[in-house]
Amino acid sequence: MRTEIRIGGFGGQGVILAGIILGKAASIFDNNEAVQTQSYGPEARGGASKCEVVVSDSEIDYPKVQSPDILVAMSNEALIKYIVDLKDEGTLIVDPGTTDVEDVREFIDQHNIKVYEAPATKTANDEIGLKIVANIVMVGAITKITGIISENAAIESIKDSVPAGTEEKNIKAFEAGYNLV
Amino acid sequence: MSEEFFIQGNEACAKGALKAGCRFFAGYPITPSTEVAETLARELPKVGGSFVQMEDEIASAGAIIGGSWGGTKSMTATSGPGLSLMQENIGYAFISETPIVVVDVQRGSPSTGQPTMAAQGDMMQARWGSHGDYEPIALSPSSVQEFFDFTIKAFNLAEQFRTPVFVMADEVIGHMREKITVEDDIEIVARKRPEDKDNFLPFKNVENGTNPMPSFGDGFNIHVTGLTHDERGYPDTNDPKAHHELVQRLCDKILNNRDKICSVQSGECEDAETIIVSYGAPVRSAIEAVQKARADGKKVGYVKIDTPWPFPEEQIQELCANASNVLVVEMNLGQMFYEVDRVLRNDTDVHVLGVIGGLLPTPDEILSKIDEIGGN
Repeated sequence: MRTEIRIGGFGGQGVILAGIILGKAASIFDNNEAVQTQSYGPEARGGASKCEVVVSDSEIDYPKVQSPDILVAMSNEALIKYIVDLKDEGTLIVDPGTTDVEDVREFIDQHNIKVYEAPATKTANDEIGLKIVANIVMVGAITKITGIISENAAIESIKDSVPAGTEEKNIKAFEAGYNLV
Repeated sequence: MSEEFFIQGNEACAKGALKAGCRFFAGYPITPSTEVAETLARELPKVGGSFVQMEDEIASAGAIIGGSWGGTKSMTATSGPGLSLMQENIGYAFISETPIVVVDVQRGSPSTGQPTMAAQGDMMQARWGSHGDYEPIALSPSSVQEFFDFTIKAFNLAEQFRTPVFVMADEVIGHMREKITVEDDIEIVARKRPEDKDNFLPFKNVENGTNPMPSFGDGFNIHVTGLTHDERGYPDTNDPKAHHELVQRLCDKILNNRDKICSVQSGECEDAETIIVSYGAPVRSAIEAVQKARADGKKVGYVKIDTPWPFPEEQIQELCANASNVLVVEMNLGQMFYEVDRVLRNDTDVHVLGVIGGLLPTPDEILSKIDEIGGN
């Protein structure tokens, strides 16, 4: 089965890395197939940042996301911009610290969207003491909520993707996110 | 043993170059190819190689020609605007029979166009960009794995035929991340070097067209020039026969070996009434379009061109022999379309879906076009 995930946020929140971790976990450590793409250009620096991952148990031909099954919004701008592409009965994961789901309530109700709140930024601040690991907290929440990758694959992928010496803090962040929901 | 990586196409290209034995990169960074240079800048010194960021693109092409004559497998990577600027030295590499690899990660064009968007607008530039008659080899990857594999293949073909080889990628393949598997036992072609210092002729009119190649400093008395030259490499510019023999040999050494160079892949062509012909990233959309069409009971197949140059005309004719419609899908307004049309037009209606603007054509766009041309 093919699952399409889009993660949107501000530049600097690490949404690209979050997507790379998901893709690597799925393809290298869970032995599924995955393709990760991202938006480039001025849009990727400072303003909105978007990362997309397709995960499948069979070969992925068309590599881009067309209508996501899962939308992860780490900024309100991303939430409003990308919600319209989300599939009916799709999954929406938001950071309530940086988004307001009431802004898209109408769409959520009309399309039977399943909404999950994962306070990634607050958790990163309060539990890890590092705001910059909010993306990894979110990977934990995505893993738990969607089951798109296994917990073990996520941990291996994080270890393989973050700078040497920061593995422990990042695994803690992942676990905090995993236990949020 | 094999290793797996989840990396970008451009990183896979750099990895392939290292695996193929590339130890010299000279280039001028340009989006969307920059990660090739970045990766090699980091990795080449670790394996005893060299990386030079040049002042511009023509100098980059000059530097890798020099690197190759110095005995080192050499490469550059660029995008359309850079490829335009390299053309003079690319012609020099063809006439001096210098193995080099030129990677072009194509973006929206003409001119500086759309730096961050995908395109395939340089296909004819790879074919005809430098002046004069010559036969280029070009490979177009459709996945991150193929960007790795085809970069190695490009080095192998460059050495085997003593000629420049293009890897014509696009922004989609350059920037997306996928899993690649790196096998231990990859075939690497080493340069054939001459032995007899007294009697060696580096540009001899040999039957298979390709001579061994000495390096500067090996002690061979040779001369390398962009002028029409004799078998020793000395200018011989007024003898029509000498010029004809030289240029004909340069072309024939590629054309007469098309069976060894040309490569296509295909699916569902046997009973197909409509066949999609594509290369590079759009192949991904074509394959998905074929699956959707088949699920609807429509007889659609695909041909994927691995080697746009030399154009695999016999393979395409054979695979499309029974189709009533052929649709070429490419990210330009029609370039390889003219080649496909040239070899099929007597028997088949050839159409084009040319998509510019920077986005990969979707499977649905292809299916709509097939409906429009009346294929089923």
